Amino acid sequence: MQKFSALGLLRAALSNHAGWQRQWRMPEPKPEYDVIIVGAGGHGLATAYYLAKDHGITNVAVLDRGWLGGGNTGRNTTIIRSNYLFDESAALYEHALKLWEGLSRDLNYNVMYSPRGVLMLAHNIHDVQSLKRHVHANRLNGIDNEWLSRQECKKFCPPLNISSDIRYPVLGGALQRRGGTARHDAVAWGYARAADGRGVDIIQNCEVTKIRRLPAGAVEGVETTRGFIRAKKVGVVAAGHTSVVLSTAGMRLPLESFPLQALVSEPVKPVFPCVVMSNTIHAYLSQSDKGELVIGAGTDVYTSYTQRGALHITNHTLEAVCELVPVARRLRMLRSWGGIVDVTPDRSPIIAKTAVPGLFVNCGRGTGGFKATPGSGHVFAWTIAKDEPHRINAPFTIERFRDGYLIDEAAAAAVAH
Amino acid sequence: MAILSTRRPLLPWHTDMLLIPCPYCGDRAEIEFTYGGEAHVARGEDPSALDDEKWSEFLYFRKNPKGPHAERWRHVHGCGRFFNVVRDTTTDVILASYEIGATRPDLGSFRSKERE
Repeated sequence: MQKFSALGLLRAALSNHAGWQRQWRMPEPKPEYDVIIVGAGGHGLATAYYLAKDHGITNVAVLDRGWLGGGNTGRNTTIIRSNYLFDESAALYEHALKLWEGLSRDLNYNVMYSPRGVLMLAHNIHDVQSLKRHVHANRLNGIDNEWLSRQECKKFCPPLNISSDIRYPVLGGALQRRGGTARHDAVAWGYARAADGRGVDIIQNCEVTKIRRLPAGAVEGVETTRGFIRAKKVGVVAAGHTSVVLSTAGMRLPLESFPLQALVSEPVKPVFPCVVMSNTIHAYLSQSDKGELVIGAGTDVYTSYTQRGALHITNHTLEAVCELVPVARRLRMLRSWGGIVDVTPDRSPIIAKTAVPGLFVNCGRGTGGFKATPGSGHVFAWTIAKDEPHRINAPFTIERFRDGYLIDEAAAAAVAH
Repeated sequence: MAILSTRRPLLPWHTDMLLIPCPYCGDRAEIEFTYGGEAHVARGEDPSALDDEKWSEFLYFRKNPKGPHAERWRHVHGCGRFFNVVRDTTTDVILASYEIGATRPDLGSFRSKERE
């Protein structure tokens, strides 16, 4: 793997940038691997990377139906934060946030992690109480989160409209300063390059059509559009299509797939310094380094695999954005799209072993998977390597739905999380 | 022009939102409805007799198919009644709508029809 450095950049500049190598190989699938990861998004690639780096398991293939990072990794709104209410989620997302902080150096790849602050707004008394509860719960868990008054919100984010005569006036907000954004594609590319450099095969355009099981029940391997590949351990990280992939192994999970939409405006000069989220009127936005306002809308009400979504969902979000951030009113929206998110009943992920020996699953990321990428990959790699969960993902089982140990962020976070 | 003048759009992405055929009121826009999840999920006659596995299945496990899906809708801003719809989750095309209590059409027949 060609190491990136300032000196390397200078050297390449002197030779007219002719010396850059491909960042990862395009290998043919081998007949057998120790571990197969289904899905080459951020989470899948991170899993492969940590399997190789932390556990010395390098005979790994990451398979993807399309190209790497072409699913929800390329479709999300790139927000990173760890201010979750419950101890279990806080531990998981804080684990990820700590990895984000050193990720560019670790991968030798600039993932453009930018801790510009995530400000969550309160519009009514319930919001104020709930967000303050979050602030206190987070601080008890050693996670930074602070309460800002209305004026402090305005000072932190000047484009915000804090007038008291709007439909949902801003009463204050909870600010996590270490929260922010990262470049989503760079995360996939950085993990892909680093995993490939450690010997992982990333096989694109290779759809898994069936997870084959031995008569005794254990995993035998996967049938793909490029032939059968044997493996004793298979980790499924297929986001919105997890139900589809797992049904080929005769497994059902408590998941439903919904379209989640996002959109970006035309690019403008830097006007928006942080990430602002409002769960009550469902709007959240930030500004990308290209200058586009990146806006997250809600999920459609019905399950679907169409990667589209209804216009009234984005309209609803834009109405909220226009009221909260009046400078956005005359911006034209450039693109809108949908991604398919797999949602669990409690809106917390499943990162666990399954009842099938050798079959592991990391799914149910719902509407907030990107922020967890490094942490989720790290603990999932541990789970696959040691055949038992890491302390952090131990509560995120499938059995919690049977045993009643829900991690009910659905009630705690309402929509965007 | 005949095709363009029908109320149903030519392709599902030609519209802003779903056009849902309420069996009582006819075709109406999606915003008049609320979604009720998978249809035909019956609550056990005697829930306390179910073990945890079966009870959690009733509460949390849904089919989530990629293809025809039988689901409940409620026409809240219209007649207020629940009814069932079969919608293809790969295209969002609505294949059938029928009253609560009516038997579910055979989902396999929709699959083969679409293939033709």
